[in-house]
Amino acid sequence: MSVEAAPATYAPSTEAILNAESVSKEFGGLRAVSDVSVDIPVRSIVSIIGPNGAGKTTFFNMLTGLYRATSGRIVFLGSDITHTRPDLITKMGVARTFQNIRLFRAMTALENVVVGRHVRMRAGLFGSIVRTPWVRAEEREVRQKAADTLSYVGLKRSAFGQLASNLSYGDQRRVEIARALASDPKLLLLDEPTAGMNPHESAALTDFMRKMRDDLQLTILLIEHDMRVVMDVSERITVLDHGEKIAEGAPADVRTNQRVVEAYLGKQG
Amino acid sequence: MNELLAQFREWRGALQRTLPSWSGRAAAVALLIGGAALPFFFSDASNFVNKEVVVLAYVVFALGLNIVVGFAGLLDLGYVAFFALGAYTLGWFGSDFFFKAHLHVLVSSYAGSVPGIHLNFLLILVCAALITASAGALIGLPTLRLRGDYIAIVTLAFGEIIRVFAINGSSIKVAGMPVTAGVLGISGIDAPYEPGIGTFNELNVKPWYWTIYALVLLTLFVNVRVRDSRLGRAWIALREDEVAAVSMGIPLVRTKLYAYSLGAAFGGISGAFLGAYSTLVSPDQFQFGFSIFVLAMVIVGGLGSIWGVVLGALLLANINYYLIPDVLNSLPGDFGLNFSLTDLNVAIFGFLLVLVMVLRPQGLIPERRRKLELTGGIGETELEEPGTGWTGVEPGETSR
Repeated sequence: MSVEAAPATYAPSTEAILNAESVSKEFGGLRAVSDVSVDIPVRSIVSIIGPNGAGKTTFFNMLTGLYRATSGRIVFLGSDITHTRPDLITKMGVARTFQNIRLFRAMTALENVVVGRHVRMRAGLFGSIVRTPWVRAEEREVRQKAADTLSYVGLKRSAFGQLASNLSYGDQRRVEIARALASDPKLLLLDEPTAGMNPHESAALTDFMRKMRDDLQLTILLIEHDMRVVMDVSERITVLDHGEKIAEGAPADVRTNQRVVEAYLGKQG
Repeated sequence: MNELLAQFREWRGALQRTLPSWSGRAAAVALLIGGAALPFFFSDASNFVNKEVVVLAYVVFALGLNIVVGFAGLLDLGYVAFFALGAYTLGWFGSDFFFKAHLHVLVSSYAGSVPGIHLNFLLILVCAALITASAGALIGLPTLRLRGDYIAIVTLAFGEIIRVFAINGSSIKVAGMPVTAGVLGISGIDAPYEPGIGTFNELNVKPWYWTIYALVLLTLFVNVRVRDSRLGRAWIALREDEVAAVSMGIPLVRTKLYAYSLGAAFGGISGAFLGAYSTLVSPDQFQFGFSIFVLAMVIVGGLGSIWGVVLGALLLANINYYLIPDVLNSLPGDFGLNFSLTDLNVAIFGFLLVLVMVLRPQGLIPERRRKLELTGGIGETELEEPGTGWTGVEPGETSR
């Protein structure tokens, strides 16, 4: 099928927390993401959707620094992060979850969240060995905050000391979100957070996303397959197919967009 | 086997209930004093304390390697490199090897009268730690992008490079002096001297023993503190899932290099000590087998478990340096067999390792985390505190 390039009427929004400017990623000869531009307004919930293999997760990995964009520019809060190391991007205020849960399985739920706080802690090698009063205070504070965050995402207190690998699937998802929140992010990237959930659970998570956005003044970027969730929660939707952006806009517009329907259902007639 | 363990656990539980709460602390203090007082229980004629000095040096080695392999999960097969570098640091800064130099810092009157660089023994230990820590970071650099077995191969090569360098270093001249003494090794090492204590000598083993005992305690202290710190958690996170760890803001390069450096520093300290104790630094001490021997201590004891590694090192080093050569060596002769037990050294070790791996693959004292994976959780408090945010989803009813 022939897909024309996205219209070049792209103008960066001034109130955007993140701009991706014609970002591309090539793996050898494969162009996984091609010239994708996305603006994410502050405190919005934006979804990226698209069929399998459309390049959604690759795009995510570029935003978080795991992959380097082959061309294009990614700007977060006014600074160029295209070639910034992932840990520094996290420090600047971007946190994420993973499509297949990637908790530290040999650590407890609480420890996972404490690790998430790593970038906001200062204790170095010397401080850790000597354990100066401020290191103790920091450690206490971080544990308390981690416990609060776990309560916030709705984990039962009895599960705090459980190893991550022993938690139920739903609880692992909670801990992963808590771990991401621990770094005090400004932008939260959720990669298919409702995967494996039943409609009831998905709806609860959808409400929780809005709650997080309002409580913590977050901006949320979401990859999602569940259309009910996407249409319900998103303020804007970007549709990728074969690495290219084929549509963008409010849920109602995207739903009726001819090219989106084609990408999902195939060309008719 | 399992019934036996269950029975043992029951006894331990009963014991814990009857003993007062300070008993654990008291036992630790008793063990500490008992360890320090060990030389008093043996006559100077007994070889046991002499061998224990070497054994304790191996405890320091094993604890150092445990940081790299156990905590950070980087399989290092070239740990001998740091033993060698530590020992050569001693050779360089604590003998008449650099005969053109004249530098004396807080040394005995005899060492002060001969040419060469002569530093105080404690200073040499500090130098050894710093030099090996830098070398550890250097060796770590090319392995940063590698994983698992590939790291093992690169570190193995480095271990061999250092040994070959030690052999051929005599041809490299710096300011008219060779860098190493070649196959002959550096001899004429200064006996350690401390103001107020005097010079250590071969007839009195006690100062040696207490020095290495103090070093073991220092190493333990650092290990425990680091394990339970921000850095220790970062190592475990990297070991568990590198991608997730860097996405959570853990700097990959710095965190890994810290592990290599800290592990190497302990190898260097212990290497310098062993060099002084054996009064010789020669390349044939630095065989590949050493790296494997120390790695075996770590694995037999329990990867990542500090007390397990101490036990593993005490056990294996004692078997190798005391039990086989000193106690049981004549055993085959007593049965009229014409060989000594040291001939079977490797076979005995092989057998023991296989035995441990079959009966207890997780190590003698497994790391708390690995044990948790089998038993469930810690601190199963029955507090019910409903979550404030994400309600409506009951844990447990989720579908996979």
